[in-house]
Amino acid sequence: MTISDAAPIVSTRFSLEDGHTLDRYLATGGYEGLKAALAKSPTAVGDEVKAATLLGRGGAGFPAGTKWGFCPPGVWPRYLVVNGDESEPGTYKDRLLMEKDPHQLIEGVLIACYAIGAAQAFLYVRGEMALAQERIAQALNDAYAAGYIGKDILGSEYSVDIVLHWGAGAYIVGEETALIESLEGNRGMPRLKPPFFPAAKGLYLQPTVVNNVETLANLPWIMTNGATAFTSLGTEKAPGTRLFAVSGHVKNPGVFEVEYGVTTFRDLIYAPVYCGGIRDGNELKAFIPGGGSAPWFLPEHVDMPLDPSVVSPGGSMLGSGAIVVMDDTTDMVRACWRLVRFYARESCGKCTPCREGTSWLEKILTRLLAGEGRRGDLDLLLDVVDNISPAPFPRGASEAGGFGAVPFPYKKTTICDLGPSVGSPIVSALLHFRDEFEAYISDDVPVDVRVGQPTEVAGV
Amino acid sequence: MARFTADRTILAREIIGRYPRPKSALIPLLHLAQEQDGYVAQDAMEHIAELVDVTPAEVLGTCSFYEMFKLEPVGEYLVNVCTNISCMLLGGEELLHHVEGKLGIKSGSTTPDGTFTIEDVECIAACTEAPCLQVNYRYFYKVTPEAADALIDDLRHGRRAHEVPKHGILARTRQQLPQDKRAGNAVPGIAEEPVWLRTAEA
Ligand SMILES: Cc1cc2nc3c(=O)[nH]c(=O)nc-3n(C[C@H](O)[C@H](O)[C@H](O)COP(=O)(O)O)c2cc1C
Ligand code: SF4
Ligand code: FES
Repeated sequence: MTISDAAPIVSTRFSLEDGHTLDRYLATGGYEGLKAALAKSPTAVGDEVKAATLLGRGGAGFPAGTKWGFCPPGVWPRYLVVNGDESEPGTYKDRLLMEKDPHQLIEGVLIACYAIGAAQAFLYVRGEMALAQERIAQALNDAYAAGYIGKDILGSEYSVDIVLHWGAGAYIVGEETALIESLEGNRGMPRLKPPFFPAAKGLYLQPTVVNNVETLANLPWIMTNGATAFTSLGTEKAPGTRLFAVSGHVKNPGVFEVEYGVTTFRDLIYAPVYCGGIRDGNELKAFIPGGGSAPWFLPEHVDMPLDPSVVSPGGSMLGSGAIVVMDDTTDMVRACWRLVRFYARESCGKCTPCREGTSWLEKILTRLLAGEGRRGDLDLLLDVVDNISPAPFPRGASEAGGFGAVPFPYKKTTICDLGPSVGSPIVSALLHFRDEFEAYISDDVPVDVRVGQPTEVAGV
Repeated sequence: MARFTADRTILAREIIGRYPRPKSALIPLLHLAQEQDGYVAQDAMEHIAELVDVTPAEVLGTCSFYEMFKLEPVGEYLVNVCTNISCMLLGGEELLHHVEGKLGIKSGSTTPDGTFTIEDVECIAACTEAPCLQVNYRYFYKVTPEAADALIDDLRHGRRAHEVPKHGILARTRQQLPQDKRAGNAVPGIAEEPVWLRTAEA
């Protein structure tokens, strides 16, 4: 096993009782990254972040520096929107960053706005996270009073406002264009890309950078220690560290900051310093490597490193840094149903394949679980998925199944990725555990055909 | 009930002033209404519509999209049990059923005395602390049936009031944006290249 001894970057204050206060933040190197940034030109800061290859931590893993560069020149104002809507099943890291170290996030926002030329930032926190909202509000108030935010920051010409905004309960608002709609006061429904790439036409149709909380939390460290120190951690294509929440059937679930690419799934699941193995001496049956939307992996995949350039061709994604572990007591049909129900509940309803498809899938699985499954149901499930995400659907290789991997990402007939995400639990569970589904099907169940009396329609 | 009180109207105007466009304040103002009344009242939506200059239908349109906004009164304590995947694997559904049994109501309903409402919710970002629940959006981790019983008894007897404010009150700390410290809104169509970029280029 490889246990990296690299010092953490973003979680250094997690164990402090008062890591969220300005005093403790300043006593532990706080706002030094901002000062380092202000000593450089905005372009130089942008170049440094580009050189660091800071991959987005929100799900898609796009390099932040490159994304910033997509804002069209000469179009003002520009905005920064912070995505703190964390709600992907299994994901727990942005809330920790907001509750335990809000100033680190604020400092990251200040560095990003300076480089991008954003004159106003909106920090969108998930509605259900009351403590995170309180901690950020307090941190913003203190940072304003101390001159770190607002007009002429630290005596420079740099001025920016950070406005705390919060949601009201809707998973889809985590999708960046839905987040923008929500911030404009509308129903949180995604916009079509193109033309509505936020960098070009975002908030109020102005150039807008949307970044995840963890992405931005890395910036103070990068400014203080430099891109070279950052790229010396992790791998060439995925430098630095990342927070992973490991939940489910492990002995010690937890959130761990580990080096990209160096650490493997096996390390996280089995090493005593991380999760210490499967609970009750049970066997690993399957795991979800990157949040509810990611295709599942099998025990034969545990030696993959936590590196997107291995996991994506391997058929899944690191997504939001959420690893959900299932042991051999797990009913895969039920696990699949629970995730499918999530997508059915959270579909925003804008596109037909997703709106109708997700709820059909849920209904089919519900009847299967009720012991009323029909022979054709398994093909029907795959057929509905195919209408949302045309085959071949991404999957991990399987020795027992005798098939290879289909690389990530999925194709889609929908506006956003919520639709195709529903295929992950279905295709994964059906491919690898088809016999469990078949056990729910009984040939004896008669198809329920009710021939009603012809309805009398008034006036006919 | 109720339009905003005079104090809240001042606060609402201040919040609107933080955004380049007033409609952006809609969700924060709906929370302000829910904080005042425990739910979002019809009159409050009409008042919000006046304040941000949209129609009441638009306010309802936004409001009804979001799970947290209640158009009818709910219990004083909203008990949200997570049953999504990580919690389900460790007994989230059993916890939900236990709470239902304890309170004698089904998820989605309110006790006759108006004290508790139960909801069966999606992942609340505490997956490594499963099974977990929230009461009025305050977290409780690794909740056993006994802990759930004790929590409900405490809530019923007001012993957790300092920890769990009544439904509608979300953050108890508000952001203050002092006018003299503000950079000001970046309004589309008005702002030009930020001065710190111009200076750096020159
Ligand atoms: C359905 C859906 C939900 C998403 N939820 C989140 C979320 O909760 N938090 C987040 O940061 N990104 C989320 N994303 C990804 C965002 O659209 C966006 O890519 C990300 O915030 C960009 O930030 P990054 O480049 O720093 O990762 C979601 C995407 C989709 C399609
Ligand atoms: S894919 Fe689903 S969630 Fe995404 S825009 Fe379409 S209907 Fe909405
Ligand atoms: S699945 Fe329950 S908190 Fe994430």
